[in-house]
Amino acid sequence: MIEIRWHSRAGQGAVTGAKGLGDVVSRTGKQVQAFALYGSAKRGAAMRAYNRIDDKPIINHAKFMRPDYVLVIDPALAFTDNITENDKPETKYIITTHLDKTELIAQIPELQDKKDRVYTVDCMQISLDTIGRAIPNAPMLGAFVKVSGMFQLDEFLESMKRVLAKFPQKIIDANMEAITRAYNEVK
Amino acid sequence: MAEKMELNEVEVWDGNYAAAQALRQAQVDVVAAYPITPSTPIVENYGAFVANGYIDGEFVMVESEHAAMSGCVGAAAAGGRVATATSSQGFMLMIEVLYQASGMRLPIILNVVNRAIASPLNVRGDHGDMYAGRDSGWIQLDAFNAQEAYDLNLCAFKIGEDINVRLPVMVHQDGFLTSHTAQNVYPLSDDEAYAFIGDYKPVDEMLDFTRAVTYGAQTEEDWHYEHKAKQHRALMDSYTVIDRVFAEFKEKTGREYKRLESYLMEDAEVAIVALGSTVETALLAAKQLRESEGLKAGVVAPRVFRPFPFNEIRDALANVKAVAVLDRSCPMGAMGALFNEVSAAMYASPHRPLITNFIYGLGGRDFSLEDAKAIFREQKGHADVGYITTPLQQFSGLRGPKLGFYEMKRSK
Repeated sequence: MIEIRWHSRAGQGAVTGAKGLGDVVSRTGKQVQAFALYGSAKRGAAMRAYNRIDDKPIINHAKFMRPDYVLVIDPALAFTDNITENDKPETKYIITTHLDKTELIAQIPELQDKKDRVYTVDCMQISLDTIGRAIPNAPMLGAFVKVSGMFQLDEFLESMKRVLAKFPQKIIDANMEAITRAYNEVK
Repeated sequence: MAEKMELNEVEVWDGNYAAAQALRQAQVDVVAAYPITPSTPIVENYGAFVANGYIDGEFVMVESEHAAMSGCVGAAAAGGRVATATSSQGFMLMIEVLYQASGMRLPIILNVVNRAIASPLNVRGDHGDMYAGRDSGWIQLDAFNAQEAYDLNLCAFKIGEDINVRLPVMVHQDGFLTSHTAQNVYPLSDDEAYAFIGDYKPVDEMLDFTRAVTYGAQTEEDWHYEHKAKQHRALMDSYTVIDRVFAEFKEKTGREYKRLESYLMEDAEVAIVALGSTVETALLAAKQLRESEGLKAGVVAPRVFRPFPFNEIRDALANVKAVAVLDRSCPMGAMGALFNEVSAAMYASPHRPLITNFIYGLGGRDFSLEDAKAIFREQKGHADVGYITTPLQQFSGLRGPKLGFYEMKRSK
């Protein structure tokens, strides 16, 4: 069982990202679960989304989770939200930031002893460059594909195209580019 | 003619979308709805399917849930296949009309996405609304995950519309925990699903002008009692049709449903009885406890809350020593309703296990694997000493000082 926790703001697409990831992963024959904990559900409010991935049907419906991956798609939440909550010694962090990795870690005391498990990527800039709006979910998926090593990039992109099939070609292309760039740029 | 939709063998749907897809495949004629969180996407998607040509039906916008269910009653009496969805406060406002629908024997399908009832206001899942419907004369089916929300909707039409039943059916799922949690769902094709449910066969439809009928007549002490007893009997006897529909569904899909689900009960010493998504979490806890501690734990869950599986409860719990019955609704001045019903069944049985009651998960409070394990371990303690050492009613996951009521007054 792999468990993932997304830290996001309502409106940044964490729920869509988590469901999209679930959709793509289900096409590889795995069982998935995607859900979210909404606060007051106002755009901009901090919220969390979750994924579970397993080979067997997932019957745990508890919200409590000790995540294997923590995906932070809003740069400020790395500072203000408790991103290390209920983590494990092997939990990996992928954080969107314009800062250099060392610079970021230096400012977040909770990450001091986890340096080798922290990865950074600028999902905001990538989504602005490719999609034209600050929707950092798609690039985060690209970074996750790279860090987790769970999928080949091209097979992930193929599945993602099918998930996005209802959108215009321009939007599909922009998302593919965002995923690919984040895959290549995550450090 | 409605357009068909191509579905994948595996879809990733949340419980709401799964229910909406089942309504589409059933080609529901009329949905009268007043959307409310967390059930909104069910009727919203029905409306979208109609607008996009996937359903040859009608979405009726109304001014309240009372009007929504009234619209459903009218459309069903006219002779159409009818469904809607609601939650919480909306359900409470519908209640008066729920009794009308069942009394008129109209097979409406109501998706109830379970949510806490105010005050205080809360949009998350508990079973307050489901419990409020238990005397309303509806069949109540309970889904524990998104797949089951889909499957049970298909079954609901076939059960309710059967000429030997002709009763409205609620399909329950947990707000957010099921309704907003996407999981793998294996749908039938449109043709397979529709063939399973079959065409709607109107009975005494008001639009048949050659044969005038009355719905909602008045009966005072001369006949009211007989009508109600007959309605109760129809609900009690509906289990034969429910069993047959579940058997046909298994034949078609391989997925098996029983009015009372039992998991790991063959050799179980202790058991949890619960409803909703909690059932699966408790099952995972039981599996883990069997492996890690050798604790013989099992789970029993009413799939059909009404008609209540009284005999099946007696069989399922015939060999356990201690049982915890979990109620996700605040009983307000009494023991939990599920506890009372399970206890009544076991009181009239040769074997009487030690039964305690847990209130839990109100307003969406998380019910974790550890919570379930603690309850199982406590039952094991009772089983070992042959006595209930805790209050009969306790509260799992409640902050603050421990709360409990009543003690056991029975010798071993």
